[in-house]
Amino acid sequence: MTDRPDMAGAPPVEKPRSPAAEAFEMFRRNHAAVAGLVVLIAVIGIAAFGPLLYPEDPFMMVWTPFSPPGEQGYLFGTDYLGRDIMTLMIHGARVSITVGLAAALVTVTIGITVGALAGFFRGLVEEALMRLTEFFQVLPTLLFSMVIVALFGASLPMITLAIGLVSWPAVARITRAEFLRIRELEYVAAARAGGVRNGRLIFRVILPNAAPPIIVQAALMVGSAILFEAGLSFLGLTDPNVASWGQIIGANRPYILDASYTVTVPGIAIFVTVLAISLVGDGLNDALNPKLRAR
Amino acid sequence: MSLLEIENLSVRFRIKGGWGRSAWLHAVDDVSLSLPRGKTLALVGESGSGKTTAALAAARLVPASEGAVRLDGTDLLTLEGETLRRARARVQVIFQDPYSSLNPRLRAGAIVREPMDALNTPPKAERADRVAELFAQVGLRPEQQALFPHQFSGGQRQRIGIARALATRPELIVCDEAVSALDVAVQAQILNLLRRLQAELGLTFLFISHDLGVVQHMSDRVAVMYMGRIVEEADRGPLFSAPLHPYTQALLAAVPSIDRRRRGRSAVKATGETPDPLNPPPGCMFASRCPRAEALCRETRPALEEKSPGHRAACHFPGPSGD
Repeated sequence: MTDRPDMAGAPPVEKPRSPAAEAFEMFRRNHAAVAGLVVLIAVIGIAAFGPLLYPEDPFMMVWTPFSPPGEQGYLFGTDYLGRDIMTLMIHGARVSITVGLAAALVTVTIGITVGALAGFFRGLVEEALMRLTEFFQVLPTLLFSMVIVALFGASLPMITLAIGLVSWPAVARITRAEFLRIRELEYVAAARAGGVRNGRLIFRVILPNAAPPIIVQAALMVGSAILFEAGLSFLGLTDPNVASWGQIIGANRPYILDASYTVTVPGIAIFVTVLAISLVGDGLNDALNPKLRAR
Repeated sequence: MSLLEIENLSVRFRIKGGWGRSAWLHAVDDVSLSLPRGKTLALVGESGSGKTTAALAAARLVPASEGAVRLDGTDLLTLEGETLRRARARVQVIFQDPYSSLNPRLRAGAIVREPMDALNTPPKAERADRVAELFAQVGLRPEQQALFPHQFSGGQRQRIGIARALATRPELIVCDEAVSALDVAVQAQILNLLRRLQAELGLTFLFISHDLGVVQHMSDRVAVMYMGRIVEEADRGPLFSAPLHPYTQALLAAVPSIDRRRRGRSAVKATGETPDPLNPPPGCMFASRCPRAEALCRETRPALEEKSPGHRAACHFPGPSGD
């Protein structure tokens, strides 16, 4: 072994650390992102377990309408029909968060599929898929989702699908861009030379390396989906039998001057949640971006 | 009988201009080579001469436009689908850049194991042992299998790349500038490792390099490429001692030397511009830079002919440099 003098007196092996472990370390150092994560976990906790503490039907009239916050033990007061805003908020959290997560999932699934195929196969496949992406990208998003909801009914699955259908082009473009970059790298050529099949090349070799910006985008998508759902609900395009934050605002909209707390409370909840998601997304971006990470 | 026979290999790329215009770039033009088993053929030339493209086309990593690449009689260029995937086991590549040639999300052991899993050979139970054996063969410690690529130095990364190339027990290995990204001391280690592996395993190397010092150390036979074509091909000895083509002479003269005698020698200089590869001249591609060029060179392209036994050159006026 004359050709390995570098082996003599080599330092003990560094602890094997996965890229994920390093990303977590970077994330932990970003205080704003950690704060966002704490808030987000709290909101998700409320959405998951809150309805167990407030099992009442949120649409039940419990007290006189427009009772200000704090009165009669109702922390956030009552709305124009005398319903407890606290109960509405907690049940609404579950809906808003679920729609946000599900819509982001739809977005990412469509976006990754389209972007990965376009970026990997190039040629006619890419042309066709990217023209399709551009078609969806130039549609006025709110209008298009309103049309879908108006046509197919304002159920939660339909709203989720509508949000997903108008949001996926951004993910598709990011995925395609990453695939175009990574497919030219030598480790992809090496995998191909090693007989790795296309399917595995796409999902096991390229996609994990393309994941960081897609994860960031997906996190931000949750926030924008919550906003989107709130917007649709505000316009009345929602299931009237299900409370969501946007729906509370929409329902109490006429009384914004007389009982401002009825829209302020859900408004702040949306604001805080979306802000927390953005901070987490930003932290993920820093943590997953290898250009910022020291080698 | 040669292990590798490349016949009339051409690779063309379509370059799109504005308004639907396009031109063809002949990255590799009518290249024929043969490489006996257990030997090393070096492809040399400056950047953009098509040497890497030619080798990657032979390994079916770049689509070839024309020609045949026979490995032990099987034309690799006609294989498709599953047959092609199976045949890939026989030709492996060691890449230039030790940083981008290893998947950053896989541990070193998994990188070496990847081709074995993809081609399902050897049987699953033996793969871990084979990885350990390969690590030992390339001079890495077994516990380093658990590390990620960024935890290795450039030279160690290249050793991982070599272990991966050996994983499928290939007959032919394309070394694409395998040491040019490494610093000189590490280069020597990797070159010695490659030579040792060649002797132990009977490997055949297609060795791409622009570094003539490295080529002289590694090769049995050398082919010089210029603008997609082979301009001279000979055994190592005659090529370095008595080059016939003025381009080869200019390349050799450009090698820095601390030898006073060599340094004092009047160098063959290639001045002038390279021709536009999208609009090549009818004559010799090197005519615009050649000190010996005459009217004939600008009008008629010289064929690659045998000037002396085993020594081919594409030049109307071959011969030793006039110094």
